[in-house]
Amino acid sequence: MKPEGLKLINEEGLRVDGRKPDELRPVVMEVGVLKNADGSAYVQQGNTKVIAAVYGPREIHPKHLTLPDRAILRTRYHMVPYSTDERKSPAPTRREIELSKVIREALESVIFVELYPRTTIDVFIEVIQADAGTRTAGIMAASLALADAGIPMRDLVAAVAVGKVDGQLVLDINQLEDEYGEADMPIAMMPSLGKIVLLQLNGVLTEEEFKQALQLAKKGIMKLYEYEQQALRKKYVEIKPEEV
Amino acid sequence: MSITPTNLRIVSTLKKHSMASLIEKGLRIDGRKLNEYREITIIPNYIAKAEGSAYVKVGGTVVIAGLKVGVGTPFPDTPNDGVITVNAEFVPFASPTFEPGPPDENAIELARVIDRSIRELRVVDLSKLAIIPGEKVYILWLDIYVFDHDGNLLDSSMLAAMTTLLTAKIPKAVVKEEKNVELNKEEKIPLPINNKVVTVTVGKVNNKLIIDPTVDEEQILECKLAVSISEDGRIAGMQKMSTGVFTEDEVLEAVKLAKEASKTLFAKINEALSKVQ
Repeated sequence: MKPEGLKLINEEGLRVDGRKPDELRPVVMEVGVLKNADGSAYVQQGNTKVIAAVYGPREIHPKHLTLPDRAILRTRYHMVPYSTDERKSPAPTRREIELSKVIREALESVIFVELYPRTTIDVFIEVIQADAGTRTAGIMAASLALADAGIPMRDLVAAVAVGKVDGQLVLDINQLEDEYGEADMPIAMMPSLGKIVLLQLNGVLTEEEFKQALQLAKKGIMKLYEYEQQALRKKYVEIKPEEV
Repeated sequence: MSITPTNLRIVSTLKKHSMASLIEKGLRIDGRKLNEYREITIIPNYIAKAEGSAYVKVGGTVVIAGLKVGVGTPFPDTPNDGVITVNAEFVPFASPTFEPGPPDENAIELARVIDRSIRELRVVDLSKLAIIPGEKVYILWLDIYVFDHDGNLLDSSMLAAMTTLLTAKIPKAVVKEEKNVELNKEEKIPLPINNKVVTVTVGKVNNKLIIDPTVDEEQILECKLAVSISEDGRIAGMQKMSTGVFTEDEVLEAVKLAKEASKTLFAKINEALSKVQ
């Protein structure tokens, strides 16, 4: 229940953290953060912090789990016990099982899985600090990690959640807005192809509000897509002075 | 960990082609239109021992939902509300691809999509289910069991869940000495309901959208989007469930299609209710 007097949008039209309704939280993205994984990335959106890593394409045992004409994808979305206000048991919750599934399904339509028959591509996402938007940060980290691992993809994936708080649509909700808002709609896209790969809505919207929410999400996604490209360029394209 | 399924049902290439080319022409292999449900049967109060229940048959898909009621402590953040828990299981005999064991990711996803739609729309008025506010509340267990899988499990399960809640009668709570609560099975009250919701799953084949796919048609879907619709036509939840991609226009079209199709489902629920009362 919403605490008495809590206003998620103030008189000036600003949100609890001072953002405008269509403003993203500050973003940090870094590619290649782990030594062992074939690809890895760190994504921070406001107070949400996520690390993703990719192994593969690699062999898998038992063999009967493979497919003859494509790679299979194994995905785990996991929140570490200290990432939340109350300790979260490390065992997979129903929520994590569901999110692992929707993230895997999103990534399967992005990766050229048919290039690697009889192999597995493993994507692991660890949420180390949760402040809403963990699946969207996680899927972006995963897409950067896949690019870092050199796995061919149709596009990067950029994702954001649109919420409805105090009757107004807002971009990139934080935990307070998620908890006491009226709707939460995470969406992930391949931005330059204009394709939606993940879409969920938790809450009630009219058809018109949904249309507006999609537009708002797209706006955020295009910005995040730029940040992703910058992060990749920083590792792979930028010429560092000592190398010249 | 979520793994690409490898134990898929096998549908012959010929059948796949004929299903797809028919859909291309706006037809279905079983003679339906693209936006038409199969025959729907709803039988409320199917299980006498449950506080509420419903048998739902959509084409060849059979789902039975049941409600059991207990007394427990509320969640700390909602001390004055009752508790509802939605669980779904796909029994092993419902399909050659189902295995015994705890609910897999598909069953968990289905239960959570239904749970969210019911919760967000406040379908059950949980605020009326406190017995001693802050201490004792009604606990509702809504269990959804799939007994035969002929496609479109989500829409069928939601129909069963909704009908169960609408027809449920829960025992009246009596507060005894020292705040002990007893449920009086002799005196039953209807479950307080605010709203109704159904879910329409829309599938995409060759850029055409269809509803209520059979289990074979599900094998040729590029992707599907489940849209929950309230009786007053609002969107009460959404879930893209499957691989594949949608364009923005396709999603908007899917929502329109779902809204239209939801009327059929509400009519079926209301018809079943009228026979009970």
